[in-house]
Amino acid sequence: MQKAIIEKAKQLLADGTVNRVIGWKKGEFAYDSTPAVFESAEELENEFVYDDFTASNVSKYLIKESAKEGKVLVFLKPCDTYSFNQLVKEHRINRENVYVVGIECWGKADIEKIKARGISGIKSITNNEGTLTIETIYGTESIPTYEVMAERCLSCKSKKHVAYDELMGEEGEVIDSNRFDMVAQLENMTSEERYNFWRDQLSKCIRCNACRNVCPACTCEKCIFDNDNSGVANKAPADSFEENMFHIIRAFHVAGRCTDCGECSRVCPQNIPLHLLNRKFIKDINELYGEYQAGEDTESRGPLTAYTEDDCEPSVVHERGVE
Amino acid sequence: MQVNENKEFEPVIVAFCCNWCSYAGADLSGTNRLNYPANVKIIRVPCSCRVNPLFILRAFQRGADGVIICGCHPGDCHYTSGNYYARRRITMLFSMLDYLGIERDRTRLEWVSAAEGAKFAKTMNEFVEAVKKLGPNRRLEDLRCKKQ
Amino acid sequence: MLMMSTDKLDELFALIAKNQTLYLPVDTKDATAEFTKWTEGVKYSNALNTVRSAKDFFFPQTEDLVDFKMSGKNIEIIDIRKEAEDFVLFGVRACDAKSFEILDSVYLTEPVDSYYKTRRDHGTVVTMACTRPSETCFCGAFGIDATAPKGDACCYIAGDKLYIEAFTDKGRALVDSVSSLFTEGDTAELEATKAKTKKILAQLPLANLSTEAFGGDKLTELFNSDKWGELSESCLACGTCTFVCPTCQCYDIKDFDTGHGIKRYRCWDSCMYSDFTKMAHGNPRLTQLERFRQRFMHKLVYYPSNNNGEFGCVGCGRCLSKCPISMNIVKVMKALEVK
Repeated sequence: MQKAIIEKAKQLLADGTVNRVIGWKKGEFAYDSTPAVFESAEELENEFVYDDFTASNVSKYLIKESAKEGKVLVFLKPCDTYSFNQLVKEHRINRENVYVVGIECWGKADIEKIKARGISGIKSITNNEGTLTIETIYGTESIPTYEVMAERCLSCKSKKHVAYDELMGEEGEVIDSNRFDMVAQLENMTSEERYNFWRDQLSKCIRCNACRNVCPACTCEKCIFDNDNSGVANKAPADSFEENMFHIIRAFHVAGRCTDCGECSRVCPQNIPLHLLNRKFIKDINELYGEYQAGEDTESRGPLTAYTEDDCEPSVVHERGVE
Repeated sequence: MQVNENKEFEPVIVAFCCNWCSYAGADLSGTNRLNYPANVKIIRVPCSCRVNPLFILRAFQRGADGVIICGCHPGDCHYTSGNYYARRRITMLFSMLDYLGIERDRTRLEWVSAAEGAKFAKTMNEFVEAVKKLGPNRRLEDLRCKKQ
Repeated sequence: MLMMSTDKLDELFALIAKNQTLYLPVDTKDATAEFTKWTEGVKYSNALNTVRSAKDFFFPQTEDLVDFKMSGKNIEIIDIRKEAEDFVLFGVRACDAKSFEILDSVYLTEPVDSYYKTRRDHGTVVTMACTRPSETCFCGAFGIDATAPKGDACCYIAGDKLYIEAFTDKGRALVDSVSSLFTEGDTAELEATKAKTKKILAQLPLANLSTEAFGGDKLTELFNSDKWGELSESCLACGTCTFVCPTCQCYDIKDFDTGHGIKRYRCWDSCMYSDFTKMAHGNPRLTQLERFRQRFMHKLVYYPSNNNGEFGCVGCGRCLSKCPISMNIVKVMKALEVK
């Protein structure tokens, strides 16, 4: 796969279709690739990587890159294409300056899950038909890939690319996923249990803003939480209230626009399941205003910038679930 | 004159009222000498749609025990559709607060027209009673803002 | 050296906790570890390191400084500092222990930061030698010996034995208070474990990371390097690296309006944030390139230039494992040293 992608990139560079490529650059270890822009065949050959750990959704970088001169090639996994579409819809990406190649994805491995098994001193990781062989200075370990797959990939919503100029490999299908199970489970708890659950989680927040800054839906030039004049700006969660406020407002601001790419939870250094906030909004929107998948197209009106005259009343919140 | 012996909890209620309907409704209930509790602090907004979710959270932060939003009846918006948008947004926000375990009776939305002075008073009386039952806001409080 | 069986760890903790609050690394639900207050039943974690560094205990993320109350034209200033309590920080790794020296050089030199000093004075640091370093470790590059950490006292685990050794008065007082659990024992097993760990340390992928290209005298050359653009290109401008870092020491002071007064507090700042060092006239660092460069120049050039060549990084590896896009000081160092 990696080889084919590099070849494709080299070819599109050579024939002048694009003048640079966004992808993933090899790291120090087997799992720490960094999104990067490649400008030559040599760089691609030596440094481009696509494997079980190239999890970053690079669509957000296109805001910056597509504003530059010339055309940029980007390789997008199925879930990344939703973010891409949504950004195109919001006029944040200059579509004409981007050449999208859709690439297959079978789910990414989560290095934290590997390390959580006590595996340390990793020298190399190779994937042989669904089994990861991990060489460490303390010995060799073998794990089936699905056992250490990232949470978001275990509940993958779609293997289908919703935007591309060219597709490599087979086109996949939208999956009937179980991604709302945990939300439903929380909805069925008592309000006190839910309160305790979220206090437990959100109290871990160190307000590093990684969730916000990685989020393809968070593209404000100046976030209200960085704006001293807003009255809510802060660099630390100075009180439990601020922990709640930041995450409620962030989730609310991306509600109806969040494609559920799961980057927020992936990058959280404190492992807060932030996607459960976004999924709650998605689930509510689906149930109350009709099925809607952000990023599926570039035309439709978002559910929170639309209405119907017979929408339900907010009291619906009082009428369902458990108090 | 009766003196209330046992000090009952008196909640602080913030009511965001649309200028074109419920704010006038509050006025009407006043001119009609209808009683509604003094716990209710009214903030006038140009439309229920002006109510940013942050307003609601900030009200709780600064010591509100309950927040109510009052706007024009659906179809009657001064700006044609503001309250329709507000309806969706407020529903989403209330649902999220409920999801985070904040008592659902601390928040409410009610459509009150300029002619419904009686409804305004009744709504406020009921809401204050409901919040009273819940007791002080603990789950969405900012400890720094509490008076020692 | 004083020695006891590791079976008696809980007894040791109970004994320490009798007189002082004890914090130690404890496993969390998601298979990481964090420093947690010890109470009966809490188990010491064998994890290599905590997600958040130990600096939080001396330099917490937020800290109230002073309150103001206004009445008419008068402003009343209220000192909110309370009597500090003694505490013990157990299980600090060599890297984090070294980070305290770096923080000390910033906060304990004139003008002394009294908030920091109070915490330092009341805290006893008990370190724990490493036996199972990870690929992200590179403390050796900064002259730190993971098998012989400093602190007020140090513990070593070898086989089923725990050894303890005190270095300072505070450390000696602590060891004396728990000496009933220990017996004098020979250190042959300990030495063997240390030798084994040293061998592993030498095999680590970052064992040969060189600091030669860095230091106070390389300022102009490194500052003007053309690599910064490429390196900072993918930076998301989040504060993860700075907030998990044991040596990042920048803070911001803010006033919070409580509605009935003002609370002045300080909180960690991050050079990755757009309003870092923002002043009345604006911001001297306009793009992420400059902010990104600041972080690494601070650790590798500015700090050594003011501190006899000591680097401002301890090689704990937290930023390596936590950066959302895996850009970190090691990658920066390797990119910059290439001529």
